[in-house]
Amino acid sequence: MPTKPAGTLYRGREGMWSWVGHRITGVVIFFFLLVHVLDTSLVRVSPEAYTAVIGTYKNPLMALGETGLVAAIVFHAFNGLRIIAVDFWKKGAKYQRQMLWTVLGLWVVVMVGFSIRHLSLALGGH
Amino acid sequence: MTATIQPPRSGNPSSGKPSSGRIAPKYRRSGGSKGNFEMLAWLFMRLSGVVLVVLIFGHLTVNLLVGEGIHAIDFGFVAGKWADPFWQFWDLAMLWLAMLHGTNGVRTIINDYAEKDATRLWLKIVLYAATTVIIVLGTLVIFTFNPCPVANGVQLPGGFCPAP
Ligand code: HEM
Ligand code: HEM
Repeated sequence: MPTKPAGTLYRGREGMWSWVGHRITGVVIFFFLLVHVLDTSLVRVSPEAYTAVIGTYKNPLMALGETGLVAAIVFHAFNGLRIIAVDFWKKGAKYQRQMLWTVLGLWVVVMVGFSIRHLSLALGGH
Repeated sequence: MTATIQPPRSGNPSSGKPSSGRIAPKYRRSGGSKGNFEMLAWLFMRLSGVVLVVLIFGHLTVNLLVGEGIHAIDFGFVAGKWADPFWQFWDLAMLWLAMLHGTNGVRTIINDYAEKDATRLWLKIVLYAATTVIIVLGTLVIFTFNPCPVANGVQLPGGFCPAP
């Protein structure tokens, strides 16, 4: 008779939530990139078309959107490096949880720095 | 009561040789025409990931954090960057690696959630079509960029043209 597993390395714990986060951020970045290549391609339509569309990236609401996008990328990037370390580093699996907290710590530090700089530039006028 | 657990349809780095006879033949991956494609895809996700950290963080730093940040971005900004083969190559590498990495990631997700063969097939057709369009378009845009576009013999406003 199968019994309920008494807690696993993976299911329902940090490992699973970091996987969910990694998956969601990956998809978000992918769809952003599709749109981003399309908006950049406007440089082949006309200088004014490109500058007009890029102008919409400069309003305050978009500044928050950009910050959210960068938050997704920074998490995906750092957690991706953690996955790589788990796979290739001998002690990776043993320290995966410590590495997750390191990822989250670095993510907070980078995002505080980024937000201050980006929001003061983007919201601070020209 | 025993439950049968299906092996994942993709994403397994190992050779995939069934270790026991309990895996139904249709789920066996060894000896198939796929060869070690899944292993190469797994490796590619990791190698491209490491390179993308550098490319994307560099892209965001130069475009958002330096100087006036996002306010500096307009047609002239792009013209300035793509006048330099260094940034052309940077953006080309970022385009290809990010698109292939993202496409392979989304392929894994389709394999995980789309249960029906037909649904999986169609989602992947749409995915690969979108990927091809975006990679071709993005590549052409980088290499056919013209800082001084002309329409019907007239220079378009906002361009960067050599003095006559
Ligand atoms: C809000 C943040 C972003 C801004 C403001 C931005 C801005 C730009 C600009 C101005 C260009 C024109 C060329 C250049 O500057 O090199 C560009 C091109 C490009 N960006 Fe971004 N970018 C952002 C985020 C991203 C992210 C997260 C990625 C990757 C996932 C990315 C990938 C690319 C690629 C591949 C190109 C080349 C497009 C082409 O080939 O036509 N960008 N971006
Ligand atoms: C910034 C650098 C990046 C790193 C270090 C990185 C790393 C990784 C790693 C290690 C994986 C796991 C692959 C596996 O489990 O076999 C992964 C999955 C994925 N990545 Fe990235 N990646 C990066 C950028 C990107 C970008 C720019 C996109 C979108 C265009 C993206 C989209 C995805 C997707 C959709 C998945 C699949 C997630 C899943 O299967 O749950 N990643 N990434």
